Amino acid sequence: MLEVSGLSKRFGHFPAVNQVSFNLRQGEILGLIGPNGSGKSTTFNLIAGAMRPSAGSIRFEGAEISGLPAHKVCHIGLARTFQIPRPFRRLSLVENVALAAHFGSSESIAESEARRRAENALETVGFSSMKVSTEGLGAAALKKLELARALATQPRLLLADESLGGLDHAEMEHAAAMLETIRTRLGITIIWVEHIMGLLMRVVDRVIVLDHGEKIFEGLPEAAAKDARVTEVYLGHART
Amino acid sequence: MKDEVIRRLGPLLLAVLGLAFVPFVTSDYVLHIAIQILLWGFVYTAWSLMGKFGLVSLGHGAFLGIGAYASPLLWNYTGLTPWLGIPIGILLAVLLALIIGYPCFRLRVVGHYFALVTLALSQVALLTIVAARDITGGSLGMTPKAVGHSWYALQFPEKPYFYAIALVAWAFGLCIWHLVDLGKGRAALEAIAEDEGAAASIGINVMREKLRVTVTSAALTALGGSLLSQYFMYVNPDTLSGIAVSLQIVFAAIAGGMYSVFGPTAGGLFTIALPEILRISLGTNFVGAANTIYGALLVIFIIFMPRGIIGWVESRLAAAPAR
Ligand SMILES: Nc1ncnc2c1ncn2[C@@H]1O[C@H](COP(=O)(O)OP(=O)(O)OP(=O)(O)O)[C@@H](O)[C@H]1O
Ligand SMILES: [Mg+2]
Repeated sequence: MLEVSGLSKRFGHFPAVNQVSFNLRQGEILGLIGPNGSGKSTTFNLIAGAMRPSAGSIRFEGAEISGLPAHKVCHIGLARTFQIPRPFRRLSLVENVALAAHFGSSESIAESEARRRAENALETVGFSSMKVSTEGLGAAALKKLELARALATQPRLLLADESLGGLDHAEMEHAAAMLETIRTRLGITIIWVEHIMGLLMRVVDRVIVLDHGEKIFEGLPEAAAKDARVTEVYLGHART
Repeated sequence: MKDEVIRRLGPLLLAVLGLAFVPFVTSDYVLHIAIQILLWGFVYTAWSLMGKFGLVSLGHGAFLGIGAYASPLLWNYTGLTPWLGIPIGILLAVLLALIIGYPCFRLRVVGHYFALVTLALSQVALLTIVAARDITGGSLGMTPKAVGHSWYALQFPEKPYFYAIALVAWAFGLCIWHLVDLGKGRAALEAIAEDEGAAASIGINVMREKLRVTVTSAALTALGGSLLSQYFMYVNPDTLSGIAVSLQIVFAAIAGGMYSVFGPTAGGLFTIALPEILRISLGTNFVGAANTIYGALLVIFIIFMPRGIIGWVESRLAAAPAR
């Protein structure tokens, strides 16, 4: 469904993402892991059209999408969340998500339909009360809002930048369970960025490990845990 | 939806009905002031369409100037009726809005930088008008050839005619304000004002939304400019273009309250009536003082009533216990 090849992004001379290639199958949950600054969020920014790649190609369902503006990438069925939540604070919770439902698809939909999709998305991520302002939402709730907003655009592929720092154990378990639900119930393919390995390993089908912008491993989670380079690079960082 | 339309259009309809009677009960002098308030209120409303979404333009003097000059120039030199001259002026203003808006939005020029770029625009417009003095009369201004009462030339020596035109234009401006403020368009612009990247990520075409509101605002401003010049039968670069006019527009819209539909009009009332009252009560010796007082008051408004006069009244009404 997604074919990334030779993807690179340099900031000045600094290679944040360097010659990364991978394929993603329909219906899969792919874990994208790596220590701080290894290029995970940048990879998402490139795929989602928030940044232009310096080199490489990104094909989504057979069509080249690298260099497309972000709103077009969204319209063709690819949604993303931000690592640090970016809610629209002047809008209410439902308005945030309804806006995504409205503009997220290229065909225009009625206000009532947008609202219905928004309420569905909020329910999926576990918001019970709809009449909330974005004022005073905690870290976990803001993460959920990010996810709901992305889901409301009715994507086929979800890029979830869920470095779940700042959440407690129960909240992280909940988030992991939610991603599984999104895959099985809504049939959405997912790339999940995370730097806490343990939690992710139980949920994903495959992992890719980045280090200094380069892909150093691709395979099954069990194999990653045993891979010498991964344990050295990744766990070495994690311990610090 | 229906309730919403009634809720929004009700007060406007009442205001128009009430104002429609003004010509029957007052003097030409009051009408003269009222016409200016309505036309400037219309221009300030046009500006606030952008201003309330954080697109603080200091270039509206340019759009106003283009509108103000296009139809008199075409009338004097080619005999083209203002009925065509005004749309041409609007078209030129729209073109200019696109020329300045597109690169600004593409390069993500926002906030103070956007204000500065557009500030330059208004001065360029003023300097262009002055430089082309052979055609435009330069700083001395120019007068459209007068033909007396004429629908074709859009010239009416009798005040009630222009009062009616100003009232219709003003009501039209407020309708557009409501249209922009309704539903998803407003929410999209709010989202863009807060975070363009996040807005784009949920499928909002940031460029298109910003250009749309910019073009709308510029077109209405040019229309306001052309009606002002048709009414005064005189155009002058200092009163209808340039930085001073741009600042006047910004101050008035903010002082009146750019987040409320009647706010910019209140700004018009304030900026047109106040100097007039001061002039009458303090005499012509204090013409300079009027401007100073007016300027000082505006500063006070901006500091103590950031949502403007109408915004302040609204928050008072909301805070008052319901009986
Ligand atoms: N806009 C930018 N300009 C310059 N450098 C950047 C920019 N964005 C990211 N970088 C740099 O690129 C590198 C990769 O950053 P990125 O955010 O992709 O890492 P990450 O894997 O998501 O890290 P984390 O786990 O902390 O979220 C970092 O060194 C970062 O400082
Ligand atoms: Mg990151």
